[in-house]
Amino acid sequence: MADAIAAALPVVRKPARSAAERQEARAALVLSLPAMVLLFVFILLPVAVVILFGFTDYELGYAGFRFVGFDNYTELFTDRTFRRSLWNTTVYTAIVAPISIFMALGLAMLIESENIGRSFFRTAYFLPVASLLVAMATVWQYLFHPTIGPINALLALGGLPGPNWLGASMSVLYSLSIIGIWQSVGFNLVLFLAGLTAIPRELYQAAHVDGARSAFDRCRLVTWPMLGPTTLFVTTISIINAVKVFETVKTLTEGGPNKASEVLLFTIYQEGFVYLKVGYASAMTVVFLAILVVLMFLQYRVQDKQVHYS
Amino acid sequence: MTALSLRGIEKSFSGNPILKGVSLDAGPGEFIALVGPSGCGKSTLLRILAGLESADAGEIMLGDRDLSPMPAADRNIAMVFQSYALYPHLTAAQNIAVPLIMRKLTRAQRLPLIGPLMPSQRKAVAAIKRDVREMAVSLKIDHLLDRKPGQMSGGQRQRVALGRAMVRRPSVFLMDEPLSNLDANLRVHARGEIVELHRRAGVPTLYVTHDQAEALSMADRVAVMIGGSMLQLASPQVIYDDPAHIEVARFIGQPRINLFPSQVGADGTIALGDIRVGLPRETVAAGTSVTIGIRPEFVSVSRSGQQGLPARIGRVEFLGSEIILYCRLDAIGETVVAKLSPAEGAGLAAGMPVRLEFSADQLFVFAEDGRRLPSTPVDAAISLETARG
Amino acid sequence: MNAQTFTLGRAVRLSVLIFGAAIFLAPYVFMISTAGKAQSDIFSSSLSLIPQHWSYVQNFAKALTRVSMTRLLFNGVAVCALIFVFQVMIAIPCAYAMAKLKFRAARLMMMLVMLGLLVPIHATALPLYVAFDRLAVLNSYFALVAPFTISVFGIFLFLQFFRAIPDDLIHAARLDGMSELGIIGRVIVPNAWPAVTAFAIFSVVAHWNDLYWPLIVVSNQTYATPPLGLLYFRAAEAGDDYGALMAATLIITTPLVAAFLLAQKRFVEGITMTGLKG
Repeated sequence: MADAIAAALPVVRKPARSAAERQEARAALVLSLPAMVLLFVFILLPVAVVILFGFTDYELGYAGFRFVGFDNYTELFTDRTFRRSLWNTTVYTAIVAPISIFMALGLAMLIESENIGRSFFRTAYFLPVASLLVAMATVWQYLFHPTIGPINALLALGGLPGPNWLGASMSVLYSLSIIGIWQSVGFNLVLFLAGLTAIPRELYQAAHVDGARSAFDRCRLVTWPMLGPTTLFVTTISIINAVKVFETVKTLTEGGPNKASEVLLFTIYQEGFVYLKVGYASAMTVVFLAILVVLMFLQYRVQDKQVHYS
Repeated sequence: MTALSLRGIEKSFSGNPILKGVSLDAGPGEFIALVGPSGCGKSTLLRILAGLESADAGEIMLGDRDLSPMPAADRNIAMVFQSYALYPHLTAAQNIAVPLIMRKLTRAQRLPLIGPLMPSQRKAVAAIKRDVREMAVSLKIDHLLDRKPGQMSGGQRQRVALGRAMVRRPSVFLMDEPLSNLDANLRVHARGEIVELHRRAGVPTLYVTHDQAEALSMADRVAVMIGGSMLQLASPQVIYDDPAHIEVARFIGQPRINLFPSQVGADGTIALGDIRVGLPRETVAAGTSVTIGIRPEFVSVSRSGQQGLPARIGRVEFLGSEIILYCRLDAIGETVVAKLSPAEGAGLAAGMPVRLEFSADQLFVFAEDGRRLPSTPVDAAISLETARG
Repeated sequence: MNAQTFTLGRAVRLSVLIFGAAIFLAPYVFMISTAGKAQSDIFSSSLSLIPQHWSYVQNFAKALTRVSMTRLLFNGVAVCALIFVFQVMIAIPCAYAMAKLKFRAARLMMMLVMLGLLVPIHATALPLYVAFDRLAVLNSYFALVAPFTISVFGIFLFLQFFRAIPDDLIHAARLDGMSELGIIGRVIVPNAWPAVTAFAIFSVVAHWNDLYWPLIVVSNQTYATPPLGLLYFRAAEAGDDYGALMAATLIITTPLVAAFLLAQKRFVEGITMTGLKG
């Protein structure tokens, strides 16, 4: 890395560069060197190696490995576990991201228009973000418990049959989604609240004077467009975080029952660190990275189309 | 005939009175400037009139309609905000169109996708587009219609804001310091334009500003508001030449009016140097404290002679068309400001001893509560006679 | 426009907010209540919040003896503190150089930083694990801390913040005879305090809660962080001894929740400012 920077740098002879400028450039290189070395060692190099591993049959514990071309990738698309895992991740994301975004937006607007208890509500909804997810997942496991859990006890009071929340393959993904939503609403809420308070009050007054009679009209004219950048940001983050679901699955279901809660990161973890099939897991990781890249790319595209607000 | 009338408007925020019973009448097509220091309640008054805030007491009449119970959207009052409050995500054309869209299209017609399918929506939209373009042409911003506020200069934004306010032909026009975000040159230019636009629109206009030059130069009548009360509402000349209250005299005029504390003498007159002014005996008793005010342009300065009060020049400010002198009155320890023409002030420098004279018929006398007292100049000789007799 | 005038709408709004808050807080209520219930209580009356037989002492004793809670909390604090200190010491000089010094690699570095923002630990974990295994450094603080010493997000955040610091301030400091390091220490960092606290909150929350990486590199209790320790505790606690389990979760969640409740405003500001990356 250091070589790369040195090569890209002052070798080109330009007489215009004064001694002071050269000194400044040298100081800058020295200051950024540790960060760049670590960036290379812990991020760029491993990513390159993962891509490389993806083309091998490397397994930890065996001495050598062979390059197998795209074999891992072709195997991936016939691997029922992996396909199941991709599908489950998609379903989980499709539930958690939209609900946690709209719920947060709605709650933020309610809190913003209410003058009492603002900080209490903000705290209450934000608390799950600051809590250890593994620990709170354990609490949810108790709440969801089919026989002794309070949720089913409550349902029983109303004469409703309680499902076997985390224990049945039919309901496990939805139960995990509930925990996911519970955990992420507060984060989005805080971002939306910040976005709402940043809207100038004169814009609402202008909307009144311009004849926006109902709250709905003012929301369409001012609130929604002004929240645009925040919404885009919250959407990207919510989707990425949902794709990265792991903690609750590892703690509560281990992908079960019957692979009904296999998700992407959990499958990667199983293949790579439990079965130690590094090559195969690397190919999965590349797919995971590709998903992130596509999501980020989409965000940039939408952002580019948006106005440059002054 | 009054087009717009405010009666006894009161407003307080968490116990602090902001408006203490303000009344105001505006004729049709009249331009009234509300001027006062920041925090005097002038913006609050504007917001109450617009329907953005509700008054605690008082009534607002537009012609014979009572506006008080109406929401802002129904009042047909347009407002130009200090920050312009343009919608940043809409183009200039869309910004100007908003008030028309909100009024002329039904809620169904406004819906995206479904709206264009509604009967006669196309025609209404075409009419709006035509109005917007006409407005833009008259404001010379038709080349900006596709730009967003972020891509416009301050002056251009201000025009778009004016366009948005005027396009729907409101019955009252409100402006809240619309020029305060422009640079000095543009501001003077924009003054003339706003007055011109106002003349064309011909509706009563209330213009809030803290800049007395704007108020005096643009308005038919000026309302001076201080501390939540309207102290005087009159033409610019009257406000300047005949202030009704000491605060009005103090606020209007650059440089500031000279004020001296004084006392009513036994004969019912007040002396300032060689001059005396008489006050009607029935209003002021001898011995009461009053304040005398005289504008700097009515202080004359002579380098020699026996007339007038002895003083010493502290500082000379040369402003091109005029010269401002700060003179120290040794006798009473006050500073007097004088405004001279360059010819009169030629050769004066700091440290010189001078004599100051005041024009007796230009003195204002204010009572302790700030009210203006009627006064008449008294000839020195005659007053001496009266004193003897 | 006045909130007070629409009493019906307001009542609906408030009840929605209160109902939602109750649901969001319910897990905490049940956690605290169940941590004090005896096994028989848990099975017979799950909906009553007040334990019939107060068993806080027994449950907490169990939680503390099965897994060394002090060890877990100490590991959590040590790992988070080490990560944060390294991140700040490495990211701030780099961000300063990129924001305020002129040099040709700056553009390339900006690209690398943007690229790095995309890559979570989950993507680099496999090669790092293989390498750490070869170097025989698994099960150590080094393994837990090293991959996080570089925070691309930290560089990005500080970069944004430093750009807003006026150049004149830095020029003045140079005229006063400060070295570049001196400028960072005495001018930049004191002015960037809000960014540093925001980043601290972001970093600590992220690494205190992280399960993925510790799960990979740590396989014994000596170096277990709180989330990992809780997994061990769950494994050791066969069956449904939810009383002890809730006591353990209570112990492990309390530090960060308490920190949040004490410094709420800072937390919310920090999250709003850093907002990126979960």
